[in-house]
Amino acid sequence: MHSKRSITIERIFKNGFINFGRNIWLAIAAIAMMATTLTILLFAVVSSATFDHTISGLTSHIDVSIYLKDSVTDDQRSQLVSQLYKIDNVQSVAYTSKDQALKSYEAANATNSDLLAAISETDNPLPASLTIKPKNPDDLQSIRNFIAKPTVLGLQSDPSNDSGDRRTAIDNITRATHFFQEAGIVGIILFLIISMLIIFNTIRMAIFNRRDELVIMRLLGASTAFIRGPFVVETMAYGTVAAAVSLLICWGIFKVASHTLQASTLGLLDIKYADQFFSSHLVQILTLQLLVGILIGAVSSLIATRRYLKFHR
Amino acid sequence: MILLDRVTKSYNRKGDALERVSLHVEPKEFVIIVGPSGAGKSTLFKLLTREEKPTSGKIIVGGIDYDKLKDKDVPLLRRKIGVVFQDFKLLLNKTVYENVAFALEIAGIPNDEIKHTVPKVLEVVGLTGKESNYPLELSGGERQRVAIARAIVRQPKILIADEPTGNLDPKHAWDVIKVLEKINRFGTTVLLTTHNQEIVNALRRRVVTIKDGKIVSDKAVGQYKAS
Repeated sequence: MHSKRSITIERIFKNGFINFGRNIWLAIAAIAMMATTLTILLFAVVSSATFDHTISGLTSHIDVSIYLKDSVTDDQRSQLVSQLYKIDNVQSVAYTSKDQALKSYEAANATNSDLLAAISETDNPLPASLTIKPKNPDDLQSIRNFIAKPTVLGLQSDPSNDSGDRRTAIDNITRATHFFQEAGIVGIILFLIISMLIIFNTIRMAIFNRRDELVIMRLLGASTAFIRGPFVVETMAYGTVAAAVSLLICWGIFKVASHTLQASTLGLLDIKYADQFFSSHLVQILTLQLLVGILIGAVSSLIATRRYLKFHR
Repeated sequence: MILLDRVTKSYNRKGDALERVSLHVEPKEFVIIVGPSGAGKSTLFKLLTREEKPTSGKIIVGGIDYDKLKDKDVPLLRRKIGVVFQDFKLLLNKTVYENVAFALEIAGIPNDEIKHTVPKVLEVVGLTGKESNYPLELSGGERQRVAIARAIVRQPKILIADEPTGNLDPKHAWDVIKVLEKINRFGTTVLLTTHNQEIVNALRRRVVTIKDGKIVSDKAVGQYKAS
């Protein structure tokens, strides 16, 4: 009994691969279709990851600076720092002394002698500052509230630079961030559903073309597994080849794009990161592609063969 | 071997395709079924291969009661009956050899046995040398013989042949009939439909005539006059 089953399994695979070869044009058409949808899906995944990366690049620059009066003592400062660390949303607090502020000002304006001259004339007007990095840039309110306390306000030379226009800008950025992250997820799900439907339909058409075979095999007394098996093997082969083809296409596109578009990344999308992401997540991407290709292929062929496998009318 | 008891088959049109047909075929018998087209011959065959279910009546073939037959056992039934279809029903993307071997493959016959049996059967039907041709590369008569080879390769107890000579010239038609007679001599029950008056009359076998879905005559040594 066992040997009979192994003979059957061996024949299912043999027939599947033979059919793949003999219906090569049908196979090419189906593979092309599947590869296209898988490529679109892959683009959705990579561009969403790239957006995320760009956004986290933007939000990591969101911080709050407190400018300290020259009269603030070291004790007062370290007390302020430890109080800041008690706020949940504070990730880090960095201190910039007056000297450091001057040095970085000089370094930033090394080529502009007018600006340099303006500063060296007086006795270092730049204030010392604390730069607060939030854990979650969406929720700066707790930090803002703390800074606005009269006791803390008394230590500051200038209003903290989080106020006014910059504050609205940060709010806008965080809002846009959420939109893009959500849009990315919705996009991926949408493309996943679309590619499933397209793959399913492609397989259905391919099997519709060969429905006579199924009906004949049924009439000759072939079991359901023996009829379906080769079709499932064949569509799984489609899925594998399509995944590989799509991966090659994307790899090529990202390689070329990261070279030619590097100079003009539009300031928004980091193409180079897309290429990096692609290379570093190759295994996951390949798994996704194969999973979608093979699994959807197999399920599609199972569903699509059903109607031709009836025993009688 | 084959028993039909008051079998009726009606499609949802006016009149029955088969009306209360009763037929008993003994083991090793050779029965010819004749009748004008549309008389119900093909319906009878589809009922025997379980392609269709009767509206009423009882069918027992080779000891299998069709009323008690579960869907999952239908393949086993079909492997017991050799069928030659009017339109051949060959697998077009398989070679002659593979088409015949397929009937054995689905039954789980080992490879070496297939390699041994298939060439022999192809020799019986005169197709040696055509093993690697595809059905579309063959003439009508050759295709017909592939269909017969496929039906007999499993050495079934029952062989049903629906117009196996329909597309053949007289010489090849007789070749086919001789093959059928040969396997009948080896003990297979043969059920044959044909329009060929000459063959029916020359065979001197039992002839059942169907007309308008009813059996109108059943003679041990029958004659047929196509009208």
